[in-house]
Amino acid sequence: MATVSETSSAAARPPVDVARAFKDAAFAALVMLGLSIPILSFRSEQNMNNQLVLAERWDAVAIACALVFVARLAGAWLWRERVGAARSKPLTMPAFMKPLAGPAGLALVVVYPMLMLAINGPQGSIKWIDNFGIQILIYVMLGWGLNIVVGLAGLLDLGYVAFYAVGAYSYAIIATKVIPATYPDLGVWAFWICLPISGLLAALWGIILGFPVLRLRGDYLAIVTLAFGEIIRLVLINWVEFSNGYAGISTIPRPSFFGIPFNASDKGFAAVFGLEFSPIYRTIFLFYVILILALMTAWVTLRLRRLPVGRAWEALREDEIACRSLGINTTTTKLTAFSIGAMFGGFAGCFFAARQGFISPESFVFLESAQILAIVVLGGMGSLFGVVVSSILLVGGIEILRELDFLKSIFGPGFDPTQYRMLLFGLAMVLMMLWKPRGLISSREPSVIHKESRSISGSLVKEGHG
Amino acid sequence: MTAPILKVEHLSMRFGGLLAVNDLSFEARRGEITALIGPNGAGKTTVFNCITGFYKPTEGMLTLSHDDGKSFLLERLPDYMINRKARVARTFQNIRLFQGMTVLENLLVAQHTPLMIASGWTVLGVLGVKSYKLREQAAVDKAIAWLERIGLVDRADDPAGDLPYGDQRRLEIARAMCTDPVLLCLDEPAAGLNPRESLELNALLRAIRDDYETSVLLIEHDMSVVMQISDHVVVLDYGIKISDGTPDDIRNDPKVIAAYLGVEDEEVAEVEAEVGA
Repeated sequence: MATVSETSSAAARPPVDVARAFKDAAFAALVMLGLSIPILSFRSEQNMNNQLVLAERWDAVAIACALVFVARLAGAWLWRERVGAARSKPLTMPAFMKPLAGPAGLALVVVYPMLMLAINGPQGSIKWIDNFGIQILIYVMLGWGLNIVVGLAGLLDLGYVAFYAVGAYSYAIIATKVIPATYPDLGVWAFWICLPISGLLAALWGIILGFPVLRLRGDYLAIVTLAFGEIIRLVLINWVEFSNGYAGISTIPRPSFFGIPFNASDKGFAAVFGLEFSPIYRTIFLFYVILILALMTAWVTLRLRRLPVGRAWEALREDEIACRSLGINTTTTKLTAFSIGAMFGGFAGCFFAARQGFISPESFVFLESAQILAIVVLGGMGSLFGVVVSSILLVGGIEILRELDFLKSIFGPGFDPTQYRMLLFGLAMVLMMLWKPRGLISSREPSVIHKESRSISGSLVKEGHG
Repeated sequence: MTAPILKVEHLSMRFGGLLAVNDLSFEARRGEITALIGPNGAGKTTVFNCITGFYKPTEGMLTLSHDDGKSFLLERLPDYMINRKARVARTFQNIRLFQGMTVLENLLVAQHTPLMIASGWTVLGVLGVKSYKLREQAAVDKAIAWLERIGLVDRADDPAGDLPYGDQRRLEIARAMCTDPVLLCLDEPAAGLNPRESLELNALLRAIRDDYETSVLLIEHDMSVVMQISDHVVVLDYGIKISDGTPDDIRNDPKVIAAYLGVEDEEVAEVEAEVGA
């Protein structure tokens, strides 16, 4: 192993041509100079008499050019092994770690709330469990749900958030209107009753949408699903009697601990278990609820991949015409992928409504669909582990931006890093297209093995065509 | 002579102004290898696409009869039902394997319908019922048996897209055979094969005819394949059947020779009169 890596690195590292590197760096600095003269060198300021004057900033230009020169020069040494090397190497880990990575990661997630509680105390840890833990897990679950549609069946769905909305509004309306009017005693159980109903309603909408739409392919399918996502949102905005429009639905009942509410009363969770009342218990409970929901999604996906229906999805992504010649009904196969994906979106929506306690159409904009799709695509289509990694990167990354208060001391008090999230999001996408066009985990694991399992390179796996 | 497995009667297929197949009638007999030949653009693949449901014929009747006397009108079945119910399987001129799936997975996708039933339309399968696991093992065994037959068992876990061209052709035939067809339609199975692979293909097709209850209908340009293995040859030119008979009849038929080789200018009128054009 060691000899192989030595020889390959020796072969891939040509000596640096110093003169050429300096020339290249000087040219880059020149380009920077050309760019920075109109952008950096002058700044309009108001002087004492409230007149607009141009302040010259040649020092900033000099610093920018010097930085580019040094970075480019350093790059000549640091990046040279890239020359001739494969551009997209799959992420691999040592063989002995592979069977351990899953259980170890899962154990870390399971103890995560306890760990945070121990480090930050009951007050400080809410942020870490809720904003990071629960938020990321919701997107992991949505990513895994959409992965069935996009990653396995190869159907580009740009309106996935519609099913998330169907799930959320199903819970909100049933729990705030239907249950109090019919069986108010069931109020504490509302979440547990509505969870399956939300999933089923979302799956039903998946079928209703899918039936006419799945004859379309590729771009046409993407446009119609996009439109469907917008239609659901517009209906929620405009059908005020049903959904309360822009104002949204508030005071949605929070989930109970299997009938025991999380409140400060005598019958509340803290009192029953002899604990001091604190909102942290509900947060921890919600964390485990979404963890179990997400794991259920992953478990079902892994099972389905090894069943004929899952293989038919992947076959459909590879070649639809061949599927038809083998007796596979492509319409129903697509429909199952669409509705099962929608069902998990519905579960996640129900959880979202219960966690927030308030929902409005603002939560279900196209940007959400785009973000979930970005998670699936960045993770590597079809890869469950990839979805986890990209959810942590994208969702966790955006949350991290809120924490970067020290940047205000550099860029001034008006600087808000979260405003740059879309810019960073776009940058991440561009970098991904350059270095990992097939996503972080681009190889595919076979669903059935004769003798030994060999990963399939992403270059062979098709992305589907709608 | 047994009843024909496939009876094509007055089949016509029109694409806008182009009449690709014109009032074609022929039979493919049970337990035989029938070859459909003709120059480029003669309408062979169109006939195939009509038989396997990818096109709905403009006119005509396609009757497929099973051993037990059941018969199916192929032009009325939806495309996936032609494989599922009428049990007609096909391969494609440009190979259509599931390239990103392993060789073994390709053969399991072909057994979709019986496995789907065994998995209780997924419900029992998700619950992990034992009967499904046994059925799946049987499906894997069947796939492995086919891989042994075509000599690809060592590559069962490799992606199909990594196989050499000749192996992909054989795998596509094995995949079609895994659907237990009564009629196997092969669209140019020998295209791109070297002479040795071509001989292996001949042996494989004869074995399919003799060892399984599967009749074969094939389109082929490679005359060494056609003349050696087919029991019955149908020749098409410009969508019209110009000859029909045993390989020896075809070899000596002046109309076929004219269609393939062209004729001297002075003979054109003579041949045209003969063909009836």
